[in-house]
Amino acid sequence: MQGNIACAEGALAAGCNFFGGYPITPSTEVAEHMAIKLPKKNGTFIQMEDEIASMASIIGASWTGARAMTATSGPGFSLMMENIGYAVMTETPCVVVNIQRGGPSTGQPTMAAAGDMMQCRFGSHGDYSAIALCPSSVQEMYELTVKAFNLADRFRVPVFLMADEIIGHMRERIIIPDKVEHIPRRPLAPGVLPFHPEDDLVPGFPEFGKGFGVHVTGLTHDERGYPCATNPKLHEQLVMRLYNKIEHARKEIADYVVTNPDAETVFVTYGSPARSVEQVIHDAAGEKIGHLRLKMVWPFPEHAIAEFPNAARFIIPELNLGQVAREFDRHTRVPVIQVPKLGGDLHLPAELKKLAGVAA
Amino acid sequence: MSYEDWFRQDRLPHIYCAGCGNGTIINCTLEAIDEMDWKKEETVFVSGIGCSSRAPGYIVTDSLHTTHGRALPFATGIKMAKPGFHVVVFTGDGDLAAIGGNHFIHACRRNIDITVICMNNQIYGMTGGQGSPTTPVGALSTTTPFGSAEPAFDLCELAIAAGANYVARWTSYHVKELTKAVKVGMETPGLSFIEARVQCPTNYGRKNKFKQVLDQVEYLRSHSMLRQKYLQHEERGEPVPDATIVIGEFIKRGRPVMGLPR
Repeated sequence: MQGNIACAEGALAAGCNFFGGYPITPSTEVAEHMAIKLPKKNGTFIQMEDEIASMASIIGASWTGARAMTATSGPGFSLMMENIGYAVMTETPCVVVNIQRGGPSTGQPTMAAAGDMMQCRFGSHGDYSAIALCPSSVQEMYELTVKAFNLADRFRVPVFLMADEIIGHMRERIIIPDKVEHIPRRPLAPGVLPFHPEDDLVPGFPEFGKGFGVHVTGLTHDERGYPCATNPKLHEQLVMRLYNKIEHARKEIADYVVTNPDAETVFVTYGSPARSVEQVIHDAAGEKIGHLRLKMVWPFPEHAIAEFPNAARFIIPELNLGQVAREFDRHTRVPVIQVPKLGGDLHLPAELKKLAGVAA
Repeated sequence: MSYEDWFRQDRLPHIYCAGCGNGTIINCTLEAIDEMDWKKEETVFVSGIGCSSRAPGYIVTDSLHTTHGRALPFATGIKMAKPGFHVVVFTGDGDLAAIGGNHFIHACRRNIDITVICMNNQIYGMTGGQGSPTTPVGALSTTTPFGSAEPAFDLCELAIAAGANYVARWTSYHVKELTKAVKVGMETPGLSFIEARVQCPTNYGRKNKFKQVLDQVEYLRSHSMLRQKYLQHEERGEPVPDATIVIGEFIKRGRPVMGLPR
């Protein structure tokens, strides 16, 4: 199965019943597959006039209780930024899939990159935290899409599935489980103000049509949902809550894979470069090479660095100019070797072996 | 029930300036809704950014106050996910015709079953009186200090060309006619577009020599011409003044509709 199709199948298994999108290489197969499958499941597929509208449509659908998603690539992702901020501010659960390609601008539509990793963390204006998942196999395209919906509903945030063209267009055999985990959106309890948070800082969801009569605005709002845009204290409280509801769960929701934790030379990867590193480890069976593979890049799991107590160097191959390597670097005193790569090709195992001191 | 029951009492007073025409349009809309016998929990108001877009905040139903120009795609998502809902969009000339222009023509093309009410004050009111795509040629605003040089959009003709099933234009002077048009729009399946020309005494009137609020309302009255009459003039080749506001029902038709209950 192709990675993009596995993403769509994962979404359907997770109960996605609304897709609003706009065609863009290399993500289009996600939309095409949803266009075939959703109507048969009584869901809604709609092709919008651009990515701004796509993002708007899934937020609107989400407020009616739908599990809603869109899929895009770099240029479309840039257009979505304003409404992504709106989803953050209004605490609207939704899933945004970005099959990354080479940028800036139109760049390389058919080639892989991971150049949007910082954009998904910081791209919309204002301060907020974000959740971003990075699959490195077709199986994970399926599994992490399911997970993205559950995290979106639990934290009431847009969750990013940050894949790349290689993973999106790769074909692999996958195992589809009979049943997937389903964490439902917690409804608003009767008598509680619509934006009053519970202990985990997430308010219950006042779904449209259930008689809550809720007002939802991107303006700074109080717990009633009413605009209070000139109250400094209230703004700070709101933004800190939106930030902390994810930051406080950083350790709990972290998702990474540790290989050879006692190694001195440790690769750190997410997305398709993990595949090259797996080849290096396979070929260097006699030597211990460590591998920290991040399935969730944001919030950044800095505590995972301690999983490698003997590390003498971290080697970080990325399909960008070191967007995550620099984040990694500021959490450790161990030397970090960046291996940036642009152009769309994957790192060759041979070049990584050379860096790790492994015989080719 | 009365239309007053649709107001969110704890949100009053509202932010509108003294003499603003937007309140009249909100009242007309709620009067029409009250006659429609819609249930509050099945009605959703959606808006973008601007003075007009603050309206949903004063109404008791579920409401989505979204980003600038994007009310229609948000509303499209709601209506397509829940076709049983009645979806009403409040927008303004800047929100709808400038930043949201593309969404407007595509919502009309889809002919999605939504009622769109545009409070056209021919100016950006909330940001302090900048020129908009409907500011008339020669009119003064903070960004057209020597008079607007650009031709204005005719939003009704645009909606017709793009495919809306119902299109009408009235003004804040024509309260009864506007209320009826909103109701007919709500009854008509498909996209209903009702343009309501309103006075903005603070940011348009002061700059353009309307000393009193009522001067601007009087202007709307005296410069209005029913569409039937306008068409007769056109047929006879008689010119009408440039400042004529063509009012009335522009079209009511039965193009295929999106977003009806399955």
